[in-house]
Amino acid sequence: MTASMTMTQALNSALAVMMARDDGVMVLGEDVGYFGGVFRVTAGLQEKFGKHRCFDTPITECGIIGAAIGMAAYGLRPVPEIQFADYIYPGLDQIISEAARIRYRSAGDFTCPITIRLPFGGGIFGGQTHSQSPESLFTHISGVKTVVPSNPHDAKGLLIAAIEDNDPVIFMEPKRCYNGPFDGYYDRPAKSWAGHPDAEVDEGYYRVPLGKARIVREGQDLTVLAYGTMVHVTRQVLAEHGIDGELIDLRTLVPLDIETIETSVKKTGRCMIVHEATRTSGFGAELSALVQERCFYHLEAPIERVTGFDTPYPHSLEWSYFPGPIRIGEALARLMRG
Amino acid sequence: MAKSGKTDTAAPPNRPGLTFHVPEPPFRPGDAVDYSFLDIPPPDRIPRPDETVEARQVHDLAYGLVRVLGDDHEASGSWDPRLDPAMLLRMLRKMALLRAFDDRMFRAQRQGKTSFYLKSTGEEAVAIGAALALDREDMCFPSYRQQGILLARDYPLVRMIDQIYSNRDDPLFGRQLPILYSAREYGFFTLSGNLTTQYPQAVGWAMASAAKGDTRIAATWCGEGSTSEGDFHNALTFAAVYNAPCVFNVVNNQYAISTYPGFAGSERTTFAARAIGYGIPGIRVDGNDILAVWSATRWAADRARLNLGPTLIELFTYRAEAHSTSDDPSVYRSAQERQEWPLGDPITRLKRHCIARGIWDLERQEAMDLEVASEVASAQKEAETHGILGHGLHQPDTTMFQDVFEHMPWHLREQCEQAIRERALKWPERP
Ligand SMILES: Cc1ncc(C[n+]2csc(CCOP(=O)(O)OP(=O)(O)O)c2C)c(N)n1
Repeated sequence: MTASMTMTQALNSALAVMMARDDGVMVLGEDVGYFGGVFRVTAGLQEKFGKHRCFDTPITECGIIGAAIGMAAYGLRPVPEIQFADYIYPGLDQIISEAARIRYRSAGDFTCPITIRLPFGGGIFGGQTHSQSPESLFTHISGVKTVVPSNPHDAKGLLIAAIEDNDPVIFMEPKRCYNGPFDGYYDRPAKSWAGHPDAEVDEGYYRVPLGKARIVREGQDLTVLAYGTMVHVTRQVLAEHGIDGELIDLRTLVPLDIETIETSVKKTGRCMIVHEATRTSGFGAELSALVQERCFYHLEAPIERVTGFDTPYPHSLEWSYFPGPIRIGEALARLMRG
Repeated sequence: MAKSGKTDTAAPPNRPGLTFHVPEPPFRPGDAVDYSFLDIPPPDRIPRPDETVEARQVHDLAYGLVRVLGDDHEASGSWDPRLDPAMLLRMLRKMALLRAFDDRMFRAQRQGKTSFYLKSTGEEAVAIGAALALDREDMCFPSYRQQGILLARDYPLVRMIDQIYSNRDDPLFGRQLPILYSAREYGFFTLSGNLTTQYPQAVGWAMASAAKGDTRIAATWCGEGSTSEGDFHNALTFAAVYNAPCVFNVVNNQYAISTYPGFAGSERTTFAARAIGYGIPGIRVDGNDILAVWSATRWAADRARLNLGPTLIELFTYRAEAHSTSDDPSVYRSAQERQEWPLGDPITRLKRHCIARGIWDLERQEAMDLEVASEVASAQKEAETHGILGHGLHQPDTTMFQDVFEHMPWHLREQCEQAIRERALKWPERP
């Protein structure tokens, strides 16, 4: 049975399915219990599974992640929520020095199957502490996986795969797409997920494997590498410019589906990378290096990186900051000229 | 896929299975509210000790509740600061101004003039009382709910609204979320959106002041929910170790966002009692009694000035309204709580006290309410001539790139040029 779901509902469904299948799946975080989370992703879970399976926590990200690691050490599969990605920093030591290395340093004696959910990204007038995209902080750590869905179907399947994965997963939810696919035009009426093919979601159990990208749109002219919200934005821009681009939704940043990327870039000879995060040392830098290393002799133009600026996320100027249609369009033009 | 649990479940015989406890608040939506379980002592159950007392001699202060204004609205006991009428009326006016300001800005958000607002309704005594007890030169490291400090220190309302609107006169260039002010000249540290980071910073400021032989002290505030963050404990450890001249305030307004203080440990002890483990004095105070707030703050400040180090004050109060404009408390708490709250409303209580003392009457109160409302309204009107939140049209794009560093490096200069080019394409008529 499928149903049309928003990304929020699809994530909620993934949690409910997994909590029903495995009583070691625990949901914890600030305001996730009785209230159901500030973005409603955990709504109804406490009622359904009891307050020992889905519970509110003290406001300490370090404590939340540390406790989740301990639960995982016992053999559970905790799914902590960090209310906004911007608030994960107090918990970084538990991720970098601990979760990421537990398997390695104990030679598999202990493992850390936790999935840390992080709403991320801007476009909600949230200012610098409700808007950031810190994915490259995590991709830079050896031992954690980083997953970023862009639509309800993938969000559910990837979250289930992440929970079942035996390693720690940073699961980043593009909050601008919780209720609809955001195409970059903040000044036009918001689109909802209703009627979107990727919003038809199986109500039961299914997985979208980690480490597999998705070709959203096949094309010949160039390859676009994107994830999260930027998948929808670039798709819109390609359509506007009438460019036959191959749009790849990476879905998992680590481990990366390098094969899909390599095959595509070798076919098109051009590559554009789009992310909302700041530019310097962003994940685009890694992608650019990989494409250059593997596809150099197939490239017909320099690789383009379209990103947010290297500033904190501003409040009133957020749409000047956001890598929207104009910035992407300019990069497309340069790439196609080259 | 493997289920979780390569666990060893074979329990030895005769031992009960373990359980863990998830706190449960006393009331949920629809519940009848009865606060009779709260122990509300009369003023002076624990008399005010001399400022030079040793921390270990005042543990009971951490479990009591310092009050000055009794249920009869009289001020009494050794904590009564015996303030002169002018000061009492100043307190009353500042609290009324704060309430009017919060109400008006909340409505401005609802009218689409800005993206966000956060009120301190019901908690006015906390910030106003403390700010008036501290010296004007003392440095405050507040949380986002102590806008009252700015009002108490006569920060211009227009500038606050400019910030809230991110308009062209916003001193922070629209960079910050509304209400995350910064006002160095007013001893108000730049607000972070991340909880409790200000706590250890206040200690560092206090240590620096001490290192320079200065006489100014630091004060900091956080909510009871925020005491769970590591930075709360980092701060208390540092302050205790270095005997830093710092006043710590925990505003226990009974709610974080949706969670009650049980999720920060209140089922077992008070927040003031956190101090005991660090060997510093902790005082629990009726946060809706501005005279008690003033008195406890002054006691702690006096200690700090005498080089007797830090004090932790818990302000016991009630968040009368939503966490912020993004929140709807009716889905997680009983609507009856506010009216049943046994410590009343801080403005009403001071008003009744002033009337009881014969220095105030309802007529003057009414006139004052009108005055503060019109003061806010005219500030708002003026601020609106500087614009309301727009899609970035109020600040030149260069402001986005300034102040990332003192000097703009090449990559930001390049990005700035890009932003300017994009704006010209987007709004050719509004460069
Ligand atoms: C590090 C961090 N984690 C989480 C949040 C999200 N958040 C904002 S306010 C808040 C509740 C704070 O409650 P409390 O400390 O009691 O202060 P109050 O809002 O009641 O004044 C939370 C969880 C945040 N801002 N920063």
